Amino acid sequence: MAGMLYSLIGLGFVLIFKASGVFNFAQGALVLFAALALARLAEWIPKWSGMSPGALSTTLAFIAAAAIMFLLAWLIERLVLRHLVNQDAATLVMATLGVAYFIDGMGQAIFGSDIYKIDIGMPKDPIFVLADYFQGGILVNKEDLYAALIATALVTALSLFFQLTSTGRALRAVADDHQAAQSIGIPLDRIWVIVWCVAGVVALVAGMIWGSKLGVQFSLSIVALRALPVVILGGLTSVPGAILGGLIIGVGEKLSEVYVGPFLGGGIEIWFAYALAVAFLLIRPQGLFGEKIINRV
Amino acid sequence: MIYRDSGHMVTSYRADQQIFPVLQDRWAVLGLIGFAIAGVPLLADEYVLRAVLIPFLILSLAAVGVNILVGYCGQISLGSGAFMAVGAYAAYNLFVRVPGMPLVVALLAGGLVSTLVGVFFGIPSLRVRGLYLAVATLAAQFFCDWAFLRIKWLTNNSISGSVTVSNLEVAGWHLNSAADNYLFCLAVVLVLCLGAKNLVRGAVGREWMAIRDMDVAASVIGIQPTSVKLSAFAVSSFLIGVAGGLWAFVHLGSWEPSAFSIDRSLQLLFMVIIGGLGSIMGSFFGAAFIVLLPLLLSRTLPAASGLFGFELSTAANSHAESMIFGALIVWFLIVEPHGLARLWSLGKRRLMLWPFAH
Amino acid sequence: MKHVHSFFASILAFAIASPALGQSQEQFIPSLVYRTGPYAPNGVPLANGFADYIKLVNAKGGVNGVKLSFEECETGYATDRGVECYERLKGARGGATVFHPMATGITFALTEKAPGDKIPLITSGLGRSESADGGVFKWNFPLLGTYWVAADILIQHIGKKEGGLDKLKGKKIAFIYHDSPFGKEPIPLLEERAKMLGFQLTLLPVAHPGVEQKSTWLQIRQLRPDYVLNWGWGVMNSTALKEAQATGYPRERMYGVWWAGAEPDTKEVGEGAKGYNALALQHGAEPQAQVVKDILKLVHDQGQGTGPREEVGQVLYVRGVTAAMLSVEAVRTAQERFGKGKRVTGDQMRWALENLNLPQPRLDALGFKGVMRPVSTSCFDHMGASWARIHTWDGSKWVFSSDWYQADDQIIKPMVKAAADRYAAEKKLVRRSSQDCQS
Repeated sequence: MAGMLYSLIGLGFVLIFKASGVFNFAQGALVLFAALALARLAEWIPKWSGMSPGALSTTLAFIAAAAIMFLLAWLIERLVLRHLVNQDAATLVMATLGVAYFIDGMGQAIFGSDIYKIDIGMPKDPIFVLADYFQGGILVNKEDLYAALIATALVTALSLFFQLTSTGRALRAVADDHQAAQSIGIPLDRIWVIVWCVAGVVALVAGMIWGSKLGVQFSLSIVALRALPVVILGGLTSVPGAILGGLIIGVGEKLSEVYVGPFLGGGIEIWFAYALAVAFLLIRPQGLFGEKIINRV
Repeated sequence: MIYRDSGHMVTSYRADQQIFPVLQDRWAVLGLIGFAIAGVPLLADEYVLRAVLIPFLILSLAAVGVNILVGYCGQISLGSGAFMAVGAYAAYNLFVRVPGMPLVVALLAGGLVSTLVGVFFGIPSLRVRGLYLAVATLAAQFFCDWAFLRIKWLTNNSISGSVTVSNLEVAGWHLNSAADNYLFCLAVVLVLCLGAKNLVRGAVGREWMAIRDMDVAASVIGIQPTSVKLSAFAVSSFLIGVAGGLWAFVHLGSWEPSAFSIDRSLQLLFMVIIGGLGSIMGSFFGAAFIVLLPLLLSRTLPAASGLFGFELSTAANSHAESMIFGALIVWFLIVEPHGLARLWSLGKRRLMLWPFAH
Repeated sequence: MKHVHSFFASILAFAIASPALGQSQEQFIPSLVYRTGPYAPNGVPLANGFADYIKLVNAKGGVNGVKLSFEECETGYATDRGVECYERLKGARGGATVFHPMATGITFALTEKAPGDKIPLITSGLGRSESADGGVFKWNFPLLGTYWVAADILIQHIGKKEGGLDKLKGKKIAFIYHDSPFGKEPIPLLEERAKMLGFQLTLLPVAHPGVEQKSTWLQIRQLRPDYVLNWGWGVMNSTALKEAQATGYPRERMYGVWWAGAEPDTKEVGEGAKGYNALALQHGAEPQAQVVKDILKLVHDQGQGTGPREEVGQVLYVRGVTAAMLSVEAVRTAQERFGKGKRVTGDQMRWALENLNLPQPRLDALGFKGVMRPVSTSCFDHMGASWARIHTWDGSKWVFSSDWYQADDQIIKPMVKAAADRYAAEKKLVRRSSQDCQS
């Protein structure tokens, strides 16, 4: 379901925002870059090493892609974020936009602009359940099911990471209050690198699932813009909010397109999510699960 | 020594309140405008006029509009492309449906319709700010994208969704050549920018800046945030709408909704950030930068890569442009967050002291 | 404040003007391409085919000794970049001979500018359907077919499959289209045919770039149409096929336009797209054609090939080759009249394009035997031919699966004339007279 993918991308946004207060417009570009890396490496590793394409080479490609994302995260933190520590929100957002343009161009330059395949062995054909009750049966897409499982596994792993490890504790401390965390000796820049790495891995998983479903191509980064309403709905600082928001937006978009769309001529899903987000902003700006925004004069 | 603001005596309040208090500045700007009116059409060839100067002028106007909203009033807006589209289509509908409609009236009316739409989509700014407002304006962008594709009446029931205008004339002066189009744009831009500059220098501008800096404190001293924020949206959308009309009528001639997509909004925002937030002059700098950079890159990159011995395909060229663009934006933000206008004013400050060091 | 930029612009002016000063004896054909962006997978083979054919012609000595020069300009399928490329290249290298916009949006914009600059536009298989009427559109040449032709042939083929056009009454046809001028073009003809034949037409737009089709296909699943017509480009096509597979819609009942039936659209889906049909704009994938073999021998074997060797002979590659071929033959025709071995101007090129006559022997000699049918334009008919076939993806390549069809002029011609008249009235143009055709 598209909702799942939006949740994953929203998760990336939330992670970075929680830890560093930076709203990362480059998340979409990261998803695209990660997916491109995975797709191309899966092609190239068999060619370079002579092994036959299959589960082993794809796993190697995944590990290699994750490593590339770590490197990218480290570079972004080092070259961009460190220098922009005290700037206001608008500047930081613009900086991440610049990073997004850069990653877009670099990804296409290194990996190419064609449509690439990610083959992680997911079945493509649907199964029809309850064919006796409903005419034609309810369409259940096996690929979507597997995607949901993978996403759930990822979120569980992340939650465990945050709750049980000391790094996770440090991350939560930084998210709460940068200055207090710094004053007790938590190294801020290393934490930020870790956060961007985690966001990178989330981007990789999102890119992998999406790429497997639709093929990897430049337009993936445009889709990431759709994930913004997800974090607005769920709250910029809440991981469960991102998940729930993603599901609501995903389901809502499709339902609205199918049932409301024909009256308005179709194609409304591009702005439906945003309309929902605006409505939420007017009623409850912090989203479903976010912290209330307090401005001090 | 040469460039000084001392030694200029004024004898009236009016003279004291001029836009350019330093005499050299005034002469320089008037000279530049004179050159722009008289010299450029003679010297520049059609390509420079059509592909460089006209887009530069129109986008500067739009950038001034965005700057008023984002730079002077502090409301982040990612919906500028939508407002340009509204201005363009409103002007188009008036131009095509009302026989004998003068071009200037159509453009200004397009700006007014854009004002109304801008005020409507500015209502969320009364409730949220910062990033959340950006999301609300993105809603405006996507909604307008959809509306111009789907609502046939807006595109005069054109089958393909693409609309065209031609045979533009202003009070008998036919805009046929590139020079004509350039002069028309120049006239509109000069008049409107003068108006904008005077607005930001006055009480209205000061209220905008107060809201930007500390809106809670501003409301405590009696500035009404509602009317001030909405007025910023209104003025900004008017300028952007007129710019949209110019872009569609004069530059493109024939357009479809994708000409005003989110890429355009982001482009305008970049212009304003790079040029300098809160500076009319900065909008011009930013527009020049954004318009000239891709052209420069597409000329110099193949030559440069030739020096290094490998040939760049057009695709690689495009990617390199994207990368250099992104890198430059980040570099600018790190080095000078206040943009080119700040560099310019620092330069002028140095010039005032020259040849002394301090 | 502005003096910095004006100064800069003046320097730029002189810098840019200098290449145009060099009057060369070469025929300059610019190529508007998109090698980046969501449409790149389809734009790249088009551009490569075009470039390779030009190189082939030069390798064989040019057109009566006049070599062709060409330059690519990246548009990213965006209209304003296309306009910018046009402005930059129209005067370069002695003047552009002809423009191939390769995008419907750019075609609309350039239709306004080309008459003033006296440069013809070849919009082979795309653009405005009414531009086939040369009486109004003096400078537009939608050679080989327009979208109304395409839609009509698809309806004819479906009718034939059902056992006769009258059997279409009551059937449901869903039309998924790219939400842009390109996608909307065939709608008038489809609606006209729906009225005539009594089938139910459902219009389902897909927003650019076309990756979000889940809800579209959910609607199709609800609707259960008998046929789905796909008017997509770029990444929208492969997404449509994947979604069709995911919702279990039989691919055999899907028909794409000639821009939605090529290797980039299906090879990634592979077996999942088996059975998908599309229009072939006269040619399909032609690995055995003589011209393809010539290109491999004279261009790729010499290391001059644009793009990978595996691409040569694929559907869109051959599309680029045909577009280039039509331009070159028009140059040759112009030279026959205005002077062999001399450069041809834009106006002369226009005359040649509306007096283009390529009978079968000539096409065979050029290497297009079995690939194309004869083309013959006239002053008032700028299309020249309206034949097409259907080809089907068999899981690994495109194979022809039908006979030749010709579009029904009885229906199309009046529509074209009406639309052209509307355009002329809007722009206050006068229809051309026969005298005007002589020049």
